[in-house]
Amino acid sequence: MARVNFFRNLTQERIVFGLALAVFIGCAATLGGFLQADNLIAIVRSVSVLGILAVGMGIVIIGRGIDLSAVAIMAMSVAWYLQMLQNGVSGGEALALTLAGVVAIGLINGFMVAYADVPAIFATLASGAFVYGFCRSQLIAQDATPVPRGNWIDGLGEIPSRIDQYAQIHLAAIPIEVFFFSGAAFAAFLFLRFTKWGRYVYLMGDNFLAARNMGIPVRPMTVLRYAISALIAFSAGILTASSLHSINVRVVNSTLLYDVILVVVIGGIGLSGGKGGMRNVIVGALLIGIMQNAMTIIDISNVYQNLIKSTILLMAIVVDSVVNPRDEQTAQQGDI
Amino acid sequence: MRLKGMLAAAALVLLGTLAANTATKADDVGTQDPGVKPYTEALKGKRVVLIPMAMGFDLAQGWAAYLKHEVENWGGVLETRDPNWDVNAHAQAITDVISGAQKPDVLVIHSPDLNSFSKLLKKAQQEGIYVVLVDNPMNFKADAFVGSSWYHLGELEAGAAVKACEGKSKQIGLVQGDAANASSIYQYNGIMSVLKQHSDFKVVAEPFSNWDPTTSRNVTTTMLQQNPDICAIIDFWDGDATGASAAIKDAKLDGKVALVTTGGGETVDCKALEDGTFYAVVMTELAGQSRDMNAVIKFLLQSGVKPGTSTTYIYTLEKATTKADLTPTSCWDLKSLQAGNF
Repeated sequence: MARVNFFRNLTQERIVFGLALAVFIGCAATLGGFLQADNLIAIVRSVSVLGILAVGMGIVIIGRGIDLSAVAIMAMSVAWYLQMLQNGVSGGEALALTLAGVVAIGLINGFMVAYADVPAIFATLASGAFVYGFCRSQLIAQDATPVPRGNWIDGLGEIPSRIDQYAQIHLAAIPIEVFFFSGAAFAAFLFLRFTKWGRYVYLMGDNFLAARNMGIPVRPMTVLRYAISALIAFSAGILTASSLHSINVRVVNSTLLYDVILVVVIGGIGLSGGKGGMRNVIVGALLIGIMQNAMTIIDISNVYQNLIKSTILLMAIVVDSVVNPRDEQTAQQGDI
Repeated sequence: MRLKGMLAAAALVLLGTLAANTATKADDVGTQDPGVKPYTEALKGKRVVLIPMAMGFDLAQGWAAYLKHEVENWGGVLETRDPNWDVNAHAQAITDVISGAQKPDVLVIHSPDLNSFSKLLKKAQQEGIYVVLVDNPMNFKADAFVGSSWYHLGELEAGAAVKACEGKSKQIGLVQGDAANASSIYQYNGIMSVLKQHSDFKVVAEPFSNWDPTTSRNVTTTMLQQNPDICAIIDFWDGDATGASAAIKDAKLDGKVALVTTGGGETVDCKALEDGTFYAVVMTELAGQSRDMNAVIKFLLQSGVKPGTSTTYIYTLEKATTKADLTPTSCWDLKSLQAGNF
């Protein structure tokens, strides 16, 4: 009886967490320097941008949907902002224009999905391609746009040491990205768990028609979710620009988008919506971060890194599908 | 008999004077430059098409600016295509250009790897198009290769790193590009060949960055944590070395860890040398490279050589530039090039 209970409680999130813990313990035992505070902070930092994007993606997916334009918005909005600053537009005006553009894309995504009934996957795929193409050809000059010296984005990295100076709390060792990631995850957690709209998101994801019949404003909520995702993507872009002092829009053609979806799904947020939360995002991000960090310490060649990463992730999915098989209740009208 | 002889002599003299006169009027040998006519005839209206891996970065924009300036001045036409880093789009662009109605006379290709375009470029040569490779080598015998000997470039980088480590721990870290790109592989070979000669030096880590600055930053952070005594890091491209330098700053090791890299020599490189972000940069001398490209194009078009029957390697003369070597002309400025100031 106890054994059955144990397996019934073994959700994907617990499997992935267990796997992350296993890899963590294995690395701590065998790799020198893994357990140092610096290294642990570096792990969290390396997945912080991925994690922030996953927070936004998680909110969209929980309410049943997907946002494939997140990476395009992240890169192109910040690139446009920096290009405008280079062209001499005043800081406030440039920021206002960029925010307006980001919110507009989010609203357009939401409008297409909610009111025009375009499936989310196609609507956001198209808007992502549009954002990339339009900005790359009309608004920016080169792939890599640097942050102008003395800009507030550059100053973001200094915040922990400033707080350290003023408040005498020893925060300087923790980089700003970690704060951003944990702050975003915490804010999303509060939103989803304690506000009425968070409840609506879960209800919409669980059973869209029933939610609509109940009187929940599903269409405005959908628009809100995509607008939130777009703004979170923009903040992830600002963070990238702050850490590298430039933004390179080639990231849109990289596999970052798939890594974001992977973090969300691996952590246990089902693509069909209605379940999961920020804890899943953190667990998924940590697994990927720990694996990548361990492989870098061991100095594994790049060719094998992808192989090992994908094998471990496949194992997590296979174990989950064996332990939690799909049935009438859990499989709802397919994914997305 | 004597009359015939005299008449023949007179005729000869007349012919001689006539010939001399005609020659003097038509060719004016001695007062006209013999090179101008064949030069203009061979070059006028010839089409040069430049297809780099993408147009959106400093090297490609620099080549395009220099080539356009030169090519249009000798009466040719320069066109470019932009595959935006997509190898398939790159192959498609080359195919379109080769099989189009108006074939180019010279194709300048910046290849993503050693082998992908070998068949396509062979076809181009069979169609009578000269193929010039720039910057990234291929296993294919093009009519000319203009760029760095990446092996020698690696040797120069290692030399600069060895110099930076004088009196410090002899540990070096490498941030490589990717496992398939020729420039990364040959740089590595060059670096290792120099380090072999200095047996007290040790390479403690050699991760790959995939030319991405975020990855470069992450692997450099880990490298520095595991090996805090590193005296120099060699990053294989200045495009992602910004990530490595950010990681060095974060670890509060700037000034203690020397960052050596290679780049096109645009103003960002000189700025980075001045403020200490980079210890040494081996510049690929884009201005000189472009001039070499133009010269070899002019040669091929006048030579009458059939495409695919000869190969020339024009390696750029390079050195590792440090802050002490900087002069006002060490770097070229993309913005002023695009504004037309050459």
